[in-house]
Amino acid sequence: MTAVSSIFEVQSASFEYEGIPALRGLSLTIDRGQSIALVGANGSGKSTLLRLLNALCFPSGGTVSFCGDPLTAEKFRTVSCEISFRRRVALVFQNPDVQLFNPTVFDEVAFGPLQMGWSTADVVTRVDETLQLMGITHLRDRAPYRLSGGEKKRVALASVIVLDPEVLLLDEPTSMLDPRSQSQLIDLIQQWKGSSKTVVTATHQLEIVEDIADRVFVLEQGSVAASGSAREILSDADLLLRANLVHAHRHTHGAMTHSHPHLHSHDEHKH
Amino acid sequence: MSSDRTIGATLVGLARALGHALVSEQVARQPGLLQAFDPRVRVAGLLGLVLAVTLSHRISVVLALLCAAVLIALLSKVSLMTLTTRVWLVVLLFTGVIALPALFLTPGDAIFTTADGGLRITAQGATTALLLIARVEAAVTLTTLLVLCTPWMHVLKALRAFRIPQEVVMMLAMTHRYIFLLAETASQMFESRRSRTVGVLTGPEQRRMTARTAGVLLSKSVELSNDVFLAMQSRGFRGDVKILSEFRMRVWDYVGLTAFLVIAILAVWMGR
Repeated sequence: MTAVSSIFEVQSASFEYEGIPALRGLSLTIDRGQSIALVGANGSGKSTLLRLLNALCFPSGGTVSFCGDPLTAEKFRTVSCEISFRRRVALVFQNPDVQLFNPTVFDEVAFGPLQMGWSTADVVTRVDETLQLMGITHLRDRAPYRLSGGEKKRVALASVIVLDPEVLLLDEPTSMLDPRSQSQLIDLIQQWKGSSKTVVTATHQLEIVEDIADRVFVLEQGSVAASGSAREILSDADLLLRANLVHAHRHTHGAMTHSHPHLHSHDEHKH
Repeated sequence: MSSDRTIGATLVGLARALGHALVSEQVARQPGLLQAFDPRVRVAGLLGLVLAVTLSHRISVVLALLCAAVLIALLSKVSLMTLTTRVWLVVLLFTGVIALPALFLTPGDAIFTTADGGLRITAQGATTALLLIARVEAAVTLTTLLVLCTPWMHVLKALRAFRIPQEVVMMLAMTHRYIFLLAETASQMFESRRSRTVGVLTGPEQRRMTARTAGVLLSKSVELSNDVFLAMQSRGFRGDVKILSEFRMRVWDYVGLTAFLVIAILAVWMGR
């Protein structure tokens, strides 16, 4: 039997913002090629965990390791180390506005490859291919901050996919999107990830979890409350209620009115 | 003024600020005199002229440099209307207020005295005020031309070519990106406020509302600036500006640079 290599290993990681704990001894392992969903209510630590995985901040306690090497601030003072990591691990922020800071969509998508020191010809070719893949070639010369919410998300995704990273970290990728844009974005993520890519998505939209993840971690108050397959997690109503991910849903069948937890599994609910 | 008008005016102002940025990018991509030069020539040449303006003590020389700036603007497809509304009127208003006391306080030969003899304008005072206004008008016009005719990332890269510290350039890069986010956030906050405001607010109520909005905006700005920086860092940004177009000096650029420097040196010499 071949051992599955882990790409991220988080051990007892703690982090706090100005004295307010965001992560409390969180531990988890992410294997290469896995599609992971981090689900949890607002403030459960999903975004903080993604930032730790992207080495934008470092744990105050515990460790976060990438391919067996602990991520530390000292290591990231070396240019070659940082560039190599940023090339392999990319993060799409929840708010696309903070991620789009170039005058045109083309410049935006070209920003990452330029930082990596790619040649001009490579950058141009790769950016054009990515714009085509994402279906945003028509936005090439538009100013990113003038785009619609769905278009901004696509550009934000294109701006990291252009690097063809091994790991894609997505923070609430479908928030603020209309149903059609949401569905298109999920299709794009599925199309991109293939077999060798690792995708970690933080979300509290349970209805997309089965489509984007084969393993789910439920985060509650900065630590992992449960983990399992999407089907296992979504069918555990008590767990989801406890983690504030579902609410009581009251409705009527003919003359009978009843309530049950509002689940988002693809299965029909049982009465 | 009703609260609706105050908020409406603020919204229009914010929308205009965002629109200006878009116009700047469009102007920078048009063919024109300044646009034809290497960005380093534009930065060195125009900032050299700004230095000459500040070092000149003769009003005729400063006015000549202002005329040169207007000529450069016309040859670079920058409309005079843009300069009038974005530079000249604004500078006249703010610098005029600062220069006004000099008219009356500078000792010298009176050229106008009020009927009761209480106030008098001196020739020296008028010259000082005029020189101050002309200097600021010329300097701001030249700087505006640089920003209008050069994409911001090119300005930053050119600054790095002149060994401006990486930290300063990074600060400018962040400020430029961040200011639009802030303007957009402020615009949304005012819009939301307008949608929930009924009737006319009194002066103190308006001031309180503005102060509260400014406070919230400041808190949001700290968070936003941090996120914008992290987003740049996440894609490999380490403070060095890297853009697609490589800067290359051609004969035309050397001619332009020489012309700018000759004009600047002449202006300093004649205006001493």
